[in-house]
Amino acid sequence: MAMNVIIKGGRVIDPASGLDKVCDVVIDNGIIVKVGTAGKKTAGCSVIDASGKVVAPGLIDIHVHLREPGLEYKETILTGTEAAAAGGFTAVACMPNTKPINDNRAVTDYIVRKGRDEGAVRVYPIGAITKGSTGEELAEIGDMIEAGAVAISDDGKPVTSSVMMRRAMEYSRNFGITVVSHAEDMSLAEGGVMNEGALSTRLGLRGIPAIAEDIASARDILLAEYTGARLHLAHVSTAGTVRLIREAKQRGIAVTAETCPHYFTLTEAAVDGYNTNAKMNPPLRGEEDVAAIREALRDGTIDVIATDHAPHHYSEKDAEFDQAPFGIVGLETALSLTLSLVRDGVMSLSDALAALTTNPAKALGLPGGSLAVGSAADLVIIDLDAEWEVKPEKFRSKGRNTPFAGWKMKGRAAATIVDGKLVYQAEN
Amino acid sequence: MGFAARHLLGIEDLSREEIEGLLESSRSFKEVLRRDIKKVPAMRGKTVVNLFYEASTRTRTSFEIAGKRLSADVINVSVSTSSVVKGESLLDTARNIEALNPDVIVVRHSSSGAPHFLARSVQCSVVNAGDGSHEHPTQALLDAFTMLEHGKKLEGLKVAIIGDVAHSRVARSNIHLLGKMGAEIRLAGPSTLMPRGVERLPVQIFSCMEDALAEADVVMMLRIQMERQGKGYFPSLREYSRFYGLTSARLALAKEDALVMHPGPMNRGIEISADVADGPRSVIMDQVTNGLAVRMAVLFLVSGGSKE
Repeated sequence: MAMNVIIKGGRVIDPASGLDKVCDVVIDNGIIVKVGTAGKKTAGCSVIDASGKVVAPGLIDIHVHLREPGLEYKETILTGTEAAAAGGFTAVACMPNTKPINDNRAVTDYIVRKGRDEGAVRVYPIGAITKGSTGEELAEIGDMIEAGAVAISDDGKPVTSSVMMRRAMEYSRNFGITVVSHAEDMSLAEGGVMNEGALSTRLGLRGIPAIAEDIASARDILLAEYTGARLHLAHVSTAGTVRLIREAKQRGIAVTAETCPHYFTLTEAAVDGYNTNAKMNPPLRGEEDVAAIREALRDGTIDVIATDHAPHHYSEKDAEFDQAPFGIVGLETALSLTLSLVRDGVMSLSDALAALTTNPAKALGLPGGSLAVGSAADLVIIDLDAEWEVKPEKFRSKGRNTPFAGWKMKGRAAATIVDGKLVYQAEN
Repeated sequence: MGFAARHLLGIEDLSREEIEGLLESSRSFKEVLRRDIKKVPAMRGKTVVNLFYEASTRTRTSFEIAGKRLSADVINVSVSTSSVVKGESLLDTARNIEALNPDVIVVRHSSSGAPHFLARSVQCSVVNAGDGSHEHPTQALLDAFTMLEHGKKLEGLKVAIIGDVAHSRVARSNIHLLGKMGAEIRLAGPSTLMPRGVERLPVQIFSCMEDALAEADVVMMLRIQMERQGKGYFPSLREYSRFYGLTSARLALAKEDALVMHPGPMNRGIEISADVADGPRSVIMDQVTNGLAVRMAVLFLVSGGSKE
């Protein structure tokens, strides 16, 4: 039976309510029952000392690839959620590009069940927009939502037809779900493997121009405005798309947006030398783009930090640059990279945590993301001062594909708690 | 300091001194090629593997003869006869070849950066014989060698490079080499075939071929690849030729003693007219001959040879 847990003496930050003070969090039967001063009676309670650390709502990553079913050699729901727990995440939303594609109730069911039975953290499937993500026919979206899908997306294989995207957005309104767009004009991006510019020209690699993202983002923003659908733009990487989102928000369009740690940390220069661990889609961009992404996080134009955690087998990345698959792992480095934004003065700690908790929850309409009394006790205890080095061989994820190998990081999850139970505790 | 590196992956990584060292060494080997007995024992007991993932007659043959003139054992592995057709990865093929203990792998591959990837994965020397749209370092060296041999000084030399710059590894290697040596590089071609950000390289860009040719010392024509047709880069070969083909009338805009170069294989009547290709200013066949001397120098130097 579940025990009572008291998390004592931490700096409790709950961006959803604006709380930021040193106090206790009391958990009863997996539910937060008090945020304040715990009573003297601790008999029968498990006490976690959080003094000197930050206590926050469990992080929520609304953009991961768990690879199961079908691609278990890259990652499984078990290993992916263990990586999530190690990164301080208590919930992840997984993209539908599994094998088979999550475009029907049976696959959604499978992921929900596996997530519940084996997942270290909560798993929320995102269903495909179109059958097989081919962009031709709507998937059985209502069915998937009933089975537990939380949103729809054809991530990685964007819906090319504007009328199909229009229909998807219209249809999404009946179910009150968000449409997540991987915004990329495929005809402009065709064959591209990195950002288009002086560096791609020097390296002789086919470029993906920033406008491929901007044109598709503009289309989807206009469609969202026209249909009244709720749009979430995935992995924003360009200054142009930031401008479009800023303008859309000013006009009151229901759009939210995410970026990933690599887009506010690295430029395309990381690709030089044909580094396949710096190959992802959208690609790493130029310095102006990185500056624009950081500014957008600062002013709230971009709401959410997600990882686009995309594990691949090492042998797939150990290849010619244009042959290697897109994507990097991110669950175990995201929090530290976000905390460096705080140290750089880009965001306050509370705003940075909001981008990892309450904002992603709101973007997809998920429970959690706050420390409200009565909500499930999903929390992370963060050690802001812990210094560590990124060693991919130590990842919980099966993926080793990170451009941050060897980086010296500061700050990480000390413990992760789901439903009042410890699912991760850092080694000292 | 001359060239003493273990690999030759691109011109971009080379210093001016290393380029001069390679050209100097090429001159010595050119002299060998004029002898009655054209073989020297410089690489006796060493093995060179030509690993070619793209069709090539000129470059592969040139490396093969270069190796043989140096007394190396030369083995050709080409895509049609190797296990590549069975779906083996470049890495596995390279490891298998390496297990046979060669001294140099000469690689041509359609993926930009494939030789760099190979160089990270194997112990032996790697020579880039053309990777994707990235570099073709021995071509740029033999082009420079040919210019020098015809009495040109690279410093201040006006070189017009015309055509499909976007997909051309020859153009990139030449831009790096000529840029480092202080030449004035002029590019012209349809804007659809000018890569993004090319203006950040040490070049001048002209939209009109005639302007690029004015007073040029060297006119370097790039091959237009037939597979670019129908992809929206240009309306037709006929129109391409009309605006970007080198004819004698256009050549007259360049200096009187201008050299005409082409890396081959040529599309006669498209990027270059037959009379220009076969005309008195064409040094296209000299390029081929000089390629041998340059590749001998490269193989010799990467495998640890020195003049002493």
